[in-house]
Amino acid sequence: MRVALFVTCLTDQFFAEAGVAAVRLLRSLGCEVEFPEGQTCCGQPAYNAGYWNEARQMATHTLEVFNEAEYVVLPSGSCTTMVRAFYPELYRDTPQRFTQAEALSHKTFELAEFIVKVLGVTQLGEGLRGQHIAYHHGCHALRELGIKNEPLTLLKNAGAEVVNWEAAQECCGFGGLFSVKLPEVALSMADRKLQTLPKVDYLTSADGGCMLHLAGRIENRKLKLPVKPLASVLWEAHAHQAEG
Amino acid sequence: MQLKANQYPRESARVLREEPQVRDSVTAATLNFDAKRRQMYGEIEAETWRGWAEAVKNHVLTHLDTYLPQAEAALQSNGVQVHWAENAEAAQRIVAEIARANGVKKVVKAKTMVSEELGINPLLESLGLEVLETDLGEYIIQLLGQPPSHIVGPAIHLNLEQIRELFHRKFGTPLEAPPEDLAGVARKLLREGFLQAEMGISGGNFLVAETGTLALIENEGNIRLSTSAPRIHVALVGIEKLLPRFSDLSVFLSLTARAATGQRLGTFVSLIQGPRRPHEPDGPEAVHVVLVDNGRSSVLADTEAWETLRCVRCAACLNACPVYRQTGGHAYGYVYSGPIGAILAPGLVGLENTKPLPYASSLCGACFQACPVRIPIPKLLLTWRNRAVEQGLQPKAEGAAIRAYAAAMTRPWAYTLGSKALRMLPKEALDNTVLPVVKAWTEGRAGLKPSPKSFRELWKEGI
Repeated sequence: MRVALFVTCLTDQFFAEAGVAAVRLLRSLGCEVEFPEGQTCCGQPAYNAGYWNEARQMATHTLEVFNEAEYVVLPSGSCTTMVRAFYPELYRDTPQRFTQAEALSHKTFELAEFIVKVLGVTQLGEGLRGQHIAYHHGCHALRELGIKNEPLTLLKNAGAEVVNWEAAQECCGFGGLFSVKLPEVALSMADRKLQTLPKVDYLTSADGGCMLHLAGRIENRKLKLPVKPLASVLWEAHAHQAEG
Repeated sequence: MQLKANQYPRESARVLREEPQVRDSVTAATLNFDAKRRQMYGEIEAETWRGWAEAVKNHVLTHLDTYLPQAEAALQSNGVQVHWAENAEAAQRIVAEIARANGVKKVVKAKTMVSEELGINPLLESLGLEVLETDLGEYIIQLLGQPPSHIVGPAIHLNLEQIRELFHRKFGTPLEAPPEDLAGVARKLLREGFLQAEMGISGGNFLVAETGTLALIENEGNIRLSTSAPRIHVALVGIEKLLPRFSDLSVFLSLTARAATGQRLGTFVSLIQGPRRPHEPDGPEAVHVVLVDNGRSSVLADTEAWETLRCVRCAACLNACPVYRQTGGHAYGYVYSGPIGAILAPGLVGLENTKPLPYASSLCGACFQACPVRIPIPKLLLTWRNRAVEQGLQPKAEGAAIRAYAAAMTRPWAYTLGSKALRMLPKEALDNTVLPVVKAWTEGRAGLKPSPKSFRELWKEGI
C-alpha cells in the first residue's frame, strides 16, 4: 500500500521527530511511504481568516502535489479536516477542481484514523504500559470528521491509561489566527484546559497548533507537563513490540 | 442596547483582566446548562428531532409570503390587533402609540430579547412611563442598569455575592441572606408591579400561523402574569418566529426547552389565543401583536446567510461556546451575544459595525452540535469573515501578510528557504520581537522553538 505523507508545515517545522515517527510507524505496518517534496501548507490559516482566494491558491498547489497518491496521511487532525472537508467547499464554482478535491478528500486520512480504519490495526504493541496520558481532542477532527475513538483505542490497547479529563473535548483556544487576534481569550481557554487536567505523565494530541499553544502556555506558567505529539506516542507504543 | 461590537477585542481582554469573576460565573453556569442539554438530547432521537425542526423552519422561512398573511388573519379572527414594524423606530412608534391611547403609566415586561433589540425600555422611560422587568435575572440587571449578558440567563455573569450586595444596597437585606430570601423580596415587589401595571410587554417563542396562537416558554410564571394581569398585552414577535401548524408546537416546545435549559418542557408554557372572552374571568382586554422585521427580511434574501433565521433563541450555542464562556455576553457589544450573535449581528445591523464578532470564535464547532435547528454557525462565521476580507474591512497589513504567506506556500523553493531562515533566526526573534504576530503569541506563551532540523531535512538524510 502506497502512502503519501502530508507532514504539514507545523510538524515539518516544530515537530519534525513526529514526522519521522509517522514514517517509521507506517513502514513498520507494511506501507510504502512517499514524501512528495513539493508539499507546503494546506492553507487552513488563510481559509479560517476569511482569505479564501489565497487559501484556494494553496489548496490548488496541494491538489497537484498529491494528485497521484494512493492514500494521503497526515499527523494532524485539523489539516486533515482542511483537505477533506473544506477543500471541496473552495471549488463550488469550478467543477473540474471540485472533482479533483473530492477525489483527494476521499483518500485523505489522519494518522490514527488511517491505522484503525484503513489498515484495520487496533493493537500497535504494548509500549505504553503503565503510562498515564491526557488526550486533547482537536476540535476539527472531533466535530467535523468524527474522529474520536481511533486515537483512544490505539493508546489504550498499547497499555496506556487515558485519564478522564473534564475538558478533553473542549477547544484549547488555539484556532489559528484566533490565538493571536484575541490572545487574552485564547490564553484563558488554555488555562481552563490546564486547570481541569488531572495528574498525568504527559499530554498528547494529533494537532500541532493546539500543542504549540498549550505547551507555550504550560512553559509560561512554569507547569511541569511534557507535551508529546500523537505520532511519536504511537511509534513508542509500537516500537517496543517491533524491537522485542 | 448601544452597539459596541467593534470594541470586542478590547472589551473581551478588559473583562478577563478586570472582572475575573465573570469568567467563573459564566463558565460554571454554561457548563451546567450544556451538560443538562446533552442529557436531554440523549433521551430523544435528537438527530431526527433536529432534522425535522430544521426542515419545518426552512419551510416557514421560504414561505413567509403565505404564512405571514395567514398568521395575521388568524390573529385578527382571535380578536388580536396586528401591527407591522419594518424597523426599530416603527416598533417604538407602535408601542408608544398603544401606551398613549390607553393612558398607560406603568408597564411590566416579560423577558424578551427582541424588546432589547428594539430599544423599548429607553423609549418608554423617555415617555415618563415606569418600566418593571419581571424575570428575576432581568430585574437584577435592570437594577444595575446593565443589558442582558445571555439570551436565556440575562444575569449569568453575576455571582451570588454581587446579587446579595445589590439587594443589600437597594432593599437593606442582610449581606448573608440566602438566595430564597432575595427572591422573596423581589417577588413581593414584582407582584405589586403586576397588580398596578396597565400594560404588559412580552416577546414570543413561536407564533402559529394556522391558529394565531402565541406560545411563550418560561420557568418563573412572570410571563404568564405579565401577559394576563394588565389590561393591555403587547407581544413583540420577529417575523421568523412563525410555525405553520399548531401540532408543530409539540416538537418545538420540548426541543427548545431541552436545548435551552435541559428541561423536557418549560415550567410554564402559555398558549395565548387572544384577549379575554366575555365569559372568561381574567386576561387582558386587548392583545396587540407587533410583527417585527428590523433587518430580518434582508437576512432572508441573503442566499448564504438566511439559515441564521432558523434560530429559536435557546442560547444552547452560547452554553456550548468556550469563547463565550471566557467573557459572557457584554463584551460582544450587541444584544445577541455568543456564536448566534456573531452571525446575527452582521446580518441585522451590518458587517461594518460588527466586524470583530465573526472572528470571536475558534471555530471549534461545539455550537453547531448544540443547535436544535442545526444552523451551520461555523460555516456562517467563515462566510462573514470572507466578506470582511472581500469588502476590504480587514487591516491592510494582515492582507499583505496573508498574500506573502500564500505566495511562499505555492512555491516550494520559497518554503524551503523560509524553513532554513527560521532556523537561522536568533532565539530572541522568536521569544520577543517587534513582529506583532510573534509579540501577540509570546505575551502569555513561551517562544516558539523550531525542531533543530526540519522534517524534510531529516527525510533527505534518510529515515
